Amino acid sequence: MSAAETDVGLLRGIGLVLARELRLGFRRPDQLLQPLVFFLIVTTLFPLALSPLTSLLRAMAPGVLWVAALLSSLLSMETLFKADADDGTLEQLALSSQPLGAIVVAKTIAHWLVSGAALVAMSPLVATALSVPPRALPTMLASLALGTLTLSWLGAIGAGLTVGLRRGGVLLSLIVLPLAMPLLIFGASATDRAIGGENPAGALYFLAALCVFTTSLGPLAASAALRITLE
Amino acid sequence: MHEPAVGLTAEKIHVWRGDRHVLRGVSFAARPGCLLHVHGPNGTGKTTLLRVLCGLLRPESGVVRWGGDPIETIRSEYQRAMTYASHEAALKGDLTALENLRYAVGLKRRVPDAQLRTTLERTGVGLCADLPARVLSAGQRRRVAMARVLAMRSTLWLLDEPYTNLDAKGGDLLTALLDEHVGAGGIALVVAHHALPLTGAVDRLELAA
Repeated sequence: MSAAETDVGLLRGIGLVLARELRLGFRRPDQLLQPLVFFLIVTTLFPLALSPLTSLLRAMAPGVLWVAALLSSLLSMETLFKADADDGTLEQLALSSQPLGAIVVAKTIAHWLVSGAALVAMSPLVATALSVPPRALPTMLASLALGTLTLSWLGAIGAGLTVGLRRGGVLLSLIVLPLAMPLLIFGASATDRAIGGENPAGALYFLAALCVFTTSLGPLAASAALRITLE
Repeated sequence: MHEPAVGLTAEKIHVWRGDRHVLRGVSFAARPGCLLHVHGPNGTGKTTLLRVLCGLLRPESGVVRWGGDPIETIRSEYQRAMTYASHEAALKGDLTALENLRYAVGLKRRVPDAQLRTTLERTGVGLCADLPARVLSAGQRRRVAMARVLAMRSTLWLLDEPYTNLDAKGGDLLTALLDEHVGAGGIALVVAHHALPLTGAVDRLELAA
């Protein structure tokens, strides 16, 4: 039945799910753009509500950037498994003879590419609007890239746990936000130090450690959560 | 089992849903070339039984065996040999019929697009191959799902109400496909509310309320 030449290896399986997710993502550009526009608008509200003084903007920029990035990632997290669970394709994926962990990895990376990576790409624009000096941009980009990837993994675990619930979005936020606090602290402090001209390496290392931690445990935790909700 | 262990066997499957005892000791053996018609009134656990058999749901007690081994211990081998079609068509509305098949079947075995197109033509939806699944009618979606089952080329088919939404010709086609599958030594479990007009033998598994 399963001759060797028709066997689907793990990498091929991951690539196929990744291609599926990206195709689905770009078929629905509105869902991709909404979190990005949200990020843009929230960061624009602060100078309007407070004061457009350069010194004030610069002082609050790291916090504003990170809180807005966190909230906008929450918007796209719920759909990670929900859409597939609703139309029954999640069951088909789970029974596809590929390990569920591999499917979770592919879906989460695809989710990060269309949400987190897009947000990172847009952040220099927002940072400039908040008068972040150009020398702090590389640090800010690195911290946001590590942070959004970590968030995608936390989101995958939360979405796996809440996918069976009718209004899981609020619960998902309550699960993910406390776990995301270390990210906020180290991410904002790395950006803050870079703006002040200090060495941000310590905070970046912490972010990288969190990223490695969630990337290695996330697939296990999220697939275990999914297996429970699929019952 | 005392006989040589081939095919799918279930031994005393018990499933509780909340405080409802849905499946009360269901046992059967389905050998190659066997079609098992799962029959029973609504709410007697037909879908639950199929979800247990495909490994999505763990029974409270009892064991499902494939070729003599419990399915949890040979999960990926079992999943390669098995195809489950739920009572919904399980298609992504934003993907075309062909893409739906490519990403679903492609995870099980390498398959060229041309072969998937041929399969879609066989189930009568060849012209819909490049249309997004969301514009297809319920019957056409069911036929695409049928093409997915065919294209998987599995030994074991677990079909949950596959006749729903099919017109008379579609029903005849499905019956012919089931005949062919079982005739070639495959195994099929079919949940249906009417008698299956197959030429070969049909075993019945009755689930009572």
